[in-house]
Amino acid sequence: MIAAVLVEHRDGVVAQPSLEALTLARSVGVPVAVWLGASPSAEAVALLGQYGATDVRVVDAELRVVAHAADALRAASDDAELVLVVSTFVNKEIVTRMALATGAGVVVDAAGAERIDGHIETTQTVFAATWNVRTRINTERAIVAIRPNTTTAKVADERTAPTVTTLAVALPTAREAIVDIARVAPPEGIPLAEAPVVVSGGRGTGGDYTLVRDLADLLGGAVGASRDATDEGWISHEHMVGQTGTTVTPALYVACGISGAVHHRGGMQASGTIVAVNMDPDAPIFDIADFGVVGSLFDVLPQAIERIKAHRAAS
Amino acid sequence: MRVLVAVKFVPDLQSQRSFTDGLVTRVAEDGSMNELDENAVEAALQLVEAQGDGEVYALTVGGPDAVAAVRKALQLGATYAIHVNDGAIAGSDVFGTAAVLAAAIRKVNAEAPLDLVITGMAALDGLTSMLPTALAVELGWSQLTFASKLEVAAGEATIVRHLPDAYETVAAPLPAVVSVTDEANKPRYPNFKLIMAARTKPVTVWTLADIGVDPASVGAAASRTTVIDASPRPPRADRTIVTDTGEAGTALADFLIGRGLA
Repeated sequence: MIAAVLVEHRDGVVAQPSLEALTLARSVGVPVAVWLGASPSAEAVALLGQYGATDVRVVDAELRVVAHAADALRAASDDAELVLVVSTFVNKEIVTRMALATGAGVVVDAAGAERIDGHIETTQTVFAATWNVRTRINTERAIVAIRPNTTTAKVADERTAPTVTTLAVALPTAREAIVDIARVAPPEGIPLAEAPVVVSGGRGTGGDYTLVRDLADLLGGAVGASRDATDEGWISHEHMVGQTGTTVTPALYVACGISGAVHHRGGMQASGTIVAVNMDPDAPIFDIADFGVVGSLFDVLPQAIERIKAHRAAS
Repeated sequence: MRVLVAVKFVPDLQSQRSFTDGLVTRVAEDGSMNELDENAVEAALQLVEAQGDGEVYALTVGGPDAVAAVRKALQLGATYAIHVNDGAIAGSDVFGTAAVLAAAIRKVNAEAPLDLVITGMAALDGLTSMLPTALAVELGWSQLTFASKLEVAAGEATIVRHLPDAYETVAAPLPAVVSVTDEANKPRYPNFKLIMAARTKPVTVWTLADIGVDPASVGAAASRTTVIDASPRPPRADRTIVTDTGEAGTALADFLIGRGLA
């Protein structure tokens, strides 16, 4: 059974969640990588091979229009029983179009997928990560959008040199036209959705993210923020963690000066370990924290940073 | 300008949300119009107000309680409300729901052409964000989704999409299905006059037969996916909350070091 993985890449560099998806694909079937956009470098192809891709199927075209990307992905995965994509807003749109064209069943925001009795079953958390749900895809063809950080990426035991095939896909005229693209600079360091550690600051920072950034840097993580903080203009929208921003599931989430409104919790509640620092002992964030400090982040974070540095220096 | 807003009845975010027999539990007292749909209603009202004339239709699909969603849209200023209520719809997946919505929209469109269908960016229960795209495909209309800005002029709609790598400006001819994000506008609060008026405004109720949808094509039996198990997650064990008396930063660091996280 073929399990096709749509590869996420930026400036030709493969994103970590795609390696996670390839790892997952290997446990279900024969992984095949689908690459939309300018052809991958030899390094990128080799990397996909390390994670088990037997084929790399390339559609070398500008595919920003959702309908075009859906047609290209469909053409490149027409023999796949399972298509895996990373769960992003754009990919959810692409797979919706593809599902309507192919009759495939779709689960998005999944945390895992396996094949049981000839059907793909997925696991996921819902309702702000307060419930676990298992879903069966009833159709022969299945599409699963998988959340970053839900599978540990592992190189394959048997590494192959993938066959690279470039497909010519006839793209019909779409109603939509992209009339302008204003590029956003890539984030410094690790993208929020993919980070193993996220340190977030909210209203309690008063707009000063120095300590939040320092702790994030020290722990090798990304900086997040609450809706309050992005609305204040203290930090850009790309940093917003929450149901309408970025949903994160890092191994460690540190909430600094964030009360934990339901919209924020929905975007981080499935994180591995949750730590919270907040002045208000009644802040709802403490209801879901593994370790909480009622106190000022301006007192607590510098002390924690010093302690971690001292520990590292001593070991 | 004739705009239809598709709104959804969802469990209140602050309520104890749950599953019953693999379906989201929906009860009137703990439910309301999806909060992100307020941005959709606002976008529709602004377009009509800017034009000086037009109508805003609010449409929902769901059981008897779902009428609360279109009532809320009326309170915000929608002109007409339509509720597709048919027992056969229960358990539909996004494709079934899109097919029902599209059939109802075609019926409205047949009376007098619509310019736009506007939705929220996601429903805060399922959060899949798939419906707007599915609706555009079902209708064969332009897909202008995830808009943080929306402008309509000369038979064309133009949106800005805020994506991780770029701000994308996309233009397409009307009619179009537009989904707006919570960045697109600040929804208004319903005023007393509209709240009172909304109480007596009629809500048109249609069944699947009224909109020409075969009941066998929707509902749980036609769904491409089935929830086979749903259980509340156990609360986090061994939680520690300390009040800082001068040592809590060190305690926090030791907690992280102890878990191998620092």
